[in-house]
Amino acid sequence: MRVGVDVGGTNTDAVLMEGDAVLASFKAPTTADVESGIVGAIRAVMADADVVAESIESVMIGTTQFTNAFVEGRRLVEVAVIRAALPATASVQPLLDFPERLANAVGNHPYLVPGGYEFDGREISPLGEKEVLAAARDIKRKGLNSVAISCVFSPINDAMEKRIAEILRNEINDVELTLSTDIGRVGLIERENATIMNASLVELSKMVVGSFRTALKNLNITAPFFVSQNDGTLMSADYVERYPVLTFASGPTNSMRGAARLSGQDNAVVVDIGGTTTDVGVLVHGFPRESAVSVDIGGVRTNFRMPDILSIGLGGGSYVRDGERLTVGPDSVGFELTEKALVFGGDILTTTDIAVAAGAVDIGDKSRVKNINAALVKNSLAEIHRLIENAIDRVKTSVEDSPVVLVGGGSVLVTQKLRGASEVNIPDKSAVANAIGAGMAQVGGEIDRIFSYETEGRDAAMAWAKEEAIQRAVAAGAVADSVQILEVEELPLTYMPAGAVRLRVKAVGDLAMRKGGDG
Amino acid sequence: MKLTKDNLHDFIRGAAILGTGGGGDPYVGRLMLEQELRKGADIEILDPDNISDDVFAINVFSMGAPTVFVEKIPNGAATVISVRKVEQVLGRKFNAIMPVEAGGVNATLPLIVGALTGLPVIDADGMGRAFPELQMVTYNVYGVDICPLVTTDDYGNSVTYETDTAQRAEWLARGVCVRMGGISQAAGYPMTGRQIKDTAVRHTLTLSVEIGQAVREAREQHRDPVDSLIDYFCTARHPRHAATLFDGKVVDVLRETKQGFTVGRVMLDGIEGSTGKHCEVTFRNEFLIAKTDGRVVATVPDLICCLDRETAESITTESLKYGNRVKIIGIAAAPVMRTPEALAVFGPRAFMMENDFTPLEELG
Repeated sequence: MRVGVDVGGTNTDAVLMEGDAVLASFKAPTTADVESGIVGAIRAVMADADVVAESIESVMIGTTQFTNAFVEGRRLVEVAVIRAALPATASVQPLLDFPERLANAVGNHPYLVPGGYEFDGREISPLGEKEVLAAARDIKRKGLNSVAISCVFSPINDAMEKRIAEILRNEINDVELTLSTDIGRVGLIERENATIMNASLVELSKMVVGSFRTALKNLNITAPFFVSQNDGTLMSADYVERYPVLTFASGPTNSMRGAARLSGQDNAVVVDIGGTTTDVGVLVHGFPRESAVSVDIGGVRTNFRMPDILSIGLGGGSYVRDGERLTVGPDSVGFELTEKALVFGGDILTTTDIAVAAGAVDIGDKSRVKNINAALVKNSLAEIHRLIENAIDRVKTSVEDSPVVLVGGGSVLVTQKLRGASEVNIPDKSAVANAIGAGMAQVGGEIDRIFSYETEGRDAAMAWAKEEAIQRAVAAGAVADSVQILEVEELPLTYMPAGAVRLRVKAVGDLAMRKGGDG
Repeated sequence: MKLTKDNLHDFIRGAAILGTGGGGDPYVGRLMLEQELRKGADIEILDPDNISDDVFAINVFSMGAPTVFVEKIPNGAATVISVRKVEQVLGRKFNAIMPVEAGGVNATLPLIVGALTGLPVIDADGMGRAFPELQMVTYNVYGVDICPLVTTDDYGNSVTYETDTAQRAEWLARGVCVRMGGISQAAGYPMTGRQIKDTAVRHTLTLSVEIGQAVREAREQHRDPVDSLIDYFCTARHPRHAATLFDGKVVDVLRETKQGFTVGRVMLDGIEGSTGKHCEVTFRNEFLIAKTDGRVVATVPDLICCLDRETAESITTESLKYGNRVKIIGIAAAPVMRTPEALAVFGPRAFMMENDFTPLEELG
């Protein structure tokens, strides 16, 4: 049996799962100390299903704490940045594009040293060991305790980043190190930014992981625990302590994966209709399709593995305006729905009022909407469906109809068949979809590198990349037999000789379960 | 005019639009410029209408693969070495810097070199857009020699090219570029003030800033940014014909990499004003020919841009995908790019297309 927990800004949810079955679920407000909220939620599901701590095999936790901390610039530590690259890249210094507030929070401590690789693996310069040593001493003198290490084309070869780490460890006691190869993909600035973000979160991550450990200890749960990454796979407690940045955006990913699991769909469009917005994404083999474009977090550009989610201004609280042209949204009464909507005694016509007038749902005082004329109700519903259908069509990858999974409080707005949907599933328990998504227990491995097909041969390069991705998944805790290749992406480089190809392979497997241990 | 922190984002947005689907992401270029501006750089822009004939300018640009640019960031100092080498060969100093390309990442590099050398930058270029090869430049069309061309790597190693044609220079420099690590910093097409006036596409730097500004202001004032862009061209200092050719969504993208180029077609189904119609746009790094229901509506070198229909943000041929809601717009190329000599170098047939060039305004 496993426990899935989702620690959101508002609620902490827990589910108890056995295989695909959800044995119990519980929703509680997130507490200031986080820990007591988790303890309370897990205790509730264990009591509900009458389960003792010893039968829990693993605990999976999804959390938005790190994303929120970074975006708000709270509880971050100052970071030194060492980039191995000279004579290249001096034209763009580290931290250049951080918004002022975040730049102040992480400090301004960049060190550029000789080093780095060419796209074909040659060295730009040998690593400047003297310069790294000098940087290490300066970092020590400044009393900085967290260092972000980047290197040009380190996704091709991580040797220089590792050597820099070694020098720093020899020079500074208890220094926290983040290597860019462990964080991101090709794209120096974006990868380096994400590395700096991670390095700024190391103190917080120790505290958060510590509080998770204490929570489980208080429950007498000795099973290992894991934390969700942004792509929906899990990482071990030790790993998240070192790489908190990999939890960014795990919330929407878990929500999509959980919803799909509840509806038994592995390939589907997930439509999550909230109060203000509708988030639409695509699941491919149970995982969200990743965004192809760069993602800004708190105004900082990164190239994370983020789910490709389209947000539109439609929700249960959206304004309906019957002017020259009928419009729905994009503005919403939001959390004030229960005061401002007509059915709740307010004076604003919202989508919820339309759904009540149409008889699709019975909430509030429906007598307050009985005078809305039938044409307005009909036209508003048509507009709501048009907006959703457009969004579905935009995220789909082909013209064929796709199964649609509908979740969120606003799903009552959907009263008719949706164009583009081969079927519409509205699963039960979708209120705890995040926790279920967290509890899905899969781990992954990824490789992203430039190969020369001319010298290595396509088959050999492909085989090597696949094997490496599988090995990384196993190293992350997957059962070797269960690992499958999830994605293969081949991108030939433009303006280059034929045969230079960027190859990205991702493998995913089931988490190896074991009782006991402390993760 | 000056380039400052205040108009930098407008300039970058405009340069991306003039990239006509290619030219590389100007993001890294913006960061490089930002660094120079923060150091207090003062980048003077010279109006080509007002320069004297004895101005002596050098064109600068990066060569290489966009995938390498995002990792091994272009090096302004290497470009300065290329400029100095050309001066050595010619035995004469330059007193201005110039862009060869107005669209994409190469629009930004001359400004960085301007900042590093203190030389002013000429408000003109050799394309008024982006093109994939070094010979596809108005300077070449009207007899300006690309040579001496110098390319330099990050270590300061440089190669000087003295070739019979611009094509040959392109061919050789492209090969050396691979050995230089997939990116090299180039200086070529040395030009006098007279040659600039005779051959360049004028005011394209200001054009980028102003179209970027038109789009931003439209967004801020909740007007349609694509319409505002079209209006801008029709009322600009050098008015040009511009029109929305198609309003639709991407239903298919066929794309492959051939000899280092992204080659393919994007298919669109019409929405709103274009409902019931179909559109197909062929590309080779940049957009080349747009057809609506089988009829040609725009041909290279006229600019064909694919813009997000809500925000007017430029969408590149590499990032197009199913479901994108876009407007395809056409903008007439400057007259200097539409002569028979120019069309022989970068008209549809130079890209192995079977159509001849027809001006956008005659296809409407």
